[in-house]
Amino acid sequence: MRLLIVEDDRDAAAYLVKGLKESGHVVDHARDGVEGLALARAQTYDVAIVDRMLPRLDGLNLVQKMREEGNQVPVLFLSALGEIDDRVKGLKAGGDDYLPKPYAFVELLARVDALVRRRQPEQVQTKLVVGDLELDLLSRSASRGGQAIDLQPREFLLLEYLMRHAGQVVTRTMLLENVWDYHFDPQTNVIDVHISRLRAKIDKGFSDALLHTVRGAGYCLRAVS
Amino acid sequence: MRFLNLFRTTAFRLALVYLLLFAASAFALIAFIYWNTAGFMAAQTDETINAEILGLQEQYGQSGLPGLRQIIIERSSGGGSGLYILASSDFTRLAGNLSSWPDVPVADGDWVYFTYDRTSFGETERRSARARHFVLRGGFHLLVGRDVHERREIEGRIESALFWSAVITVGLGLIGGLAMSRNVTRRLDVINRTSRDIMGGDLARRMPLSGADDEFDELSDNLNGMLDQIERLMGGMTEVADNIAHDLRTPLNRLRSRLEVTLMKPATEQEYREALEGAITEADGLIATFNSLLLIARAETGEARENFEPLDLRVVVNDVAELYEPLAEAKRMTLKVAAPRPAEINGDRGLISQALANLIDNAIKYTPEGGAVTVSLKVAGEEAVLEVRDTGLGIPEAERDHVLRRFVRLEASRNEPGSGLGLSMVAAVGRLHDAEFSLGDAKPGLVATLRFKLKD
Ligand SMILES: Nc1ncnc2c1ncn2[C@@H]1O[C@H](COP(=O)(O)OP(=O)(O)OP(=O)(O)O)[C@@H](O)[C@H]1O
Ligand SMILES: [Mg+2]
Repeated sequence: MRLLIVEDDRDAAAYLVKGLKESGHVVDHARDGVEGLALARAQTYDVAIVDRMLPRLDGLNLVQKMREEGNQVPVLFLSALGEIDDRVKGLKAGGDDYLPKPYAFVELLARVDALVRRRQPEQVQTKLVVGDLELDLLSRSASRGGQAIDLQPREFLLLEYLMRHAGQVVTRTMLLENVWDYHFDPQTNVIDVHISRLRAKIDKGFSDALLHTVRGAGYCLRAVS
Repeated sequence: MRFLNLFRTTAFRLALVYLLLFAASAFALIAFIYWNTAGFMAAQTDETINAEILGLQEQYGQSGLPGLRQIIIERSSGGGSGLYILASSDFTRLAGNLSSWPDVPVADGDWVYFTYDRTSFGETERRSARARHFVLRGGFHLLVGRDVHERREIEGRIESALFWSAVITVGLGLIGGLAMSRNVTRRLDVINRTSRDIMGGDLARRMPLSGADDEFDELSDNLNGMLDQIERLMGGMTEVADNIAHDLRTPLNRLRSRLEVTLMKPATEQEYREALEGAITEADGLIATFNSLLLIARAETGEARENFEPLDLRVVVNDVAELYEPLAEAKRMTLKVAAPRPAEINGDRGLISQALANLIDNAIKYTPEGGAVTVSLKVAGEEAVLEVRDTGLGIPEAERDHVLRRFVRLEASRNEPGSGLGLSMVAAVGRLHDAEFSLGDAKPGLVATLRFKLKD
């Protein structure tokens, strides 16, 4: 994947570039908003990672300009301003996701992957399939290997999100934000118990597990290849 | 100097404008009365004179000079109030009760005011009169008039009354205006002086109240309220700074020594990895603590009220309880929700959810296995009462205020993870929403209650 990073802090940018390159991405780095805009015009990127506060051209204005010019690249905002208001402002300006600093690198990586996925044209799906696990979005029912699975409404949403991001690492925060619409970190990891409940429903009695825990990062729903 | 300042005050200017308006209307009123009395009398006199002249003219036409003279002599001696003089073309008196042609320039048909001497009871008196002059055929002059001495006197008095009343109105108005602005200025002076003292550093000072319960007292009262709020916020800020100093040093120190000790002697890659992972965990804890502190501080400033929106507490309760239910089950506890009715309030969904999450988290954390947690939402009068009840250890009454402070954790719960910020956040969110937060005894266990005001 080709990524654009617009970040003025030299060290933070260096770590970011190094980490993303090691994860197999191609990375371009701009030190301020004007440079970022020039790169965004010259190249097609899969995701742009934009700091909110930038010299010369502020992150919000940069993304606004890009959108005005018809550039639809998915944008992940980074910001030291972690307040709810700023998240809303960022999304309004045309951002697709918002990550407050300080963040965990795995969190950033997972979100970038999710954004890349989102970019692919999404035809209206009525059925999600991962291996022998099937989720019918119309009748709101699930089954594995033809065996019906009884899901609570929230479990259904959780499984839907995991299946839409099948093969990707999904963090606890992403689940909390997208499945529960909460933007805080609960002190105890309540998400883990929800996952183990779901796991009991979809993996129990099957030799090959679909729902995996990714140590230090989150979860991944993946069919055995 | 003080006096000059007084003239520049808004109160004085207002008084002056009011005075001008008042004086103008009083003047208009008196003028109206004047024209309706004195003017009316004058018009009547003139009418009588006109009628008389008409009669005399007729007489002259019929019976000539002798006839006219005869009538004038008759009327002159009649003792009425009429004044007459008939004179030849060179103003030599021919008849009438005036001793000579008055010394005023006249032309045919003119109205004149003049004075004449009247002798009665041996005393001669100079009196004023009004008359109309007429030139008769043959060059004779006729002057017919009335004594208007009394009338002129009344007019004079009314005029001087008018003048003096104007002087008195303006004078009283000025004095009143000065007194009024002096009073207002004095009250404002007190407020200004106190403000300057407070700005100068005497932060405990407050505006004195006069006890009159008027708008100045209200202003002072509001200013005092504002000052109290500022003091509270400042107190909160100092407390946060103190807390950060005291309670973040410990984990920072732990982080630092862990890294330092690892570097002290050569270690295996495994050891380095463990040290780094430990450092990351420690840093994550610090970040979480920072976030919580920031959130509490933000709730405390009341700034978040801008994001308030109407929301149904029942939905919030069901959602958060649903999030925690598996956690309770994993600890072989029951988490029950009793929220039979919707409860609309104005608030911040995220913050209330988090506060409730903190309470449920505590309830599960500090209740032994097999216990029960009940979340209930009741509507009582104008209030929505949100309760989280558990069957755990509870908090001794003496500690219930104490645990609301930042970083406070009770001895009994040291072996559970936590930073001691959960309840502080609930208290701050409660204050932000004007909701009363209290801790009580659930016998056994703790009951935490938030009383929200229903949306009207
Ligand atoms: N339901 C409860 N039963 C018994 N004790 C409680 C309960 N809730 C809180 N406490 C006591 O009050 C203290 C403060 O609670 P608070 O939620 O503020 O912090 P914490 O739970 O220790 O940490 P954190 O919530 O920040 O993870 C706790 O340490 C515990 O001693
Ligand atoms: Mg707690």
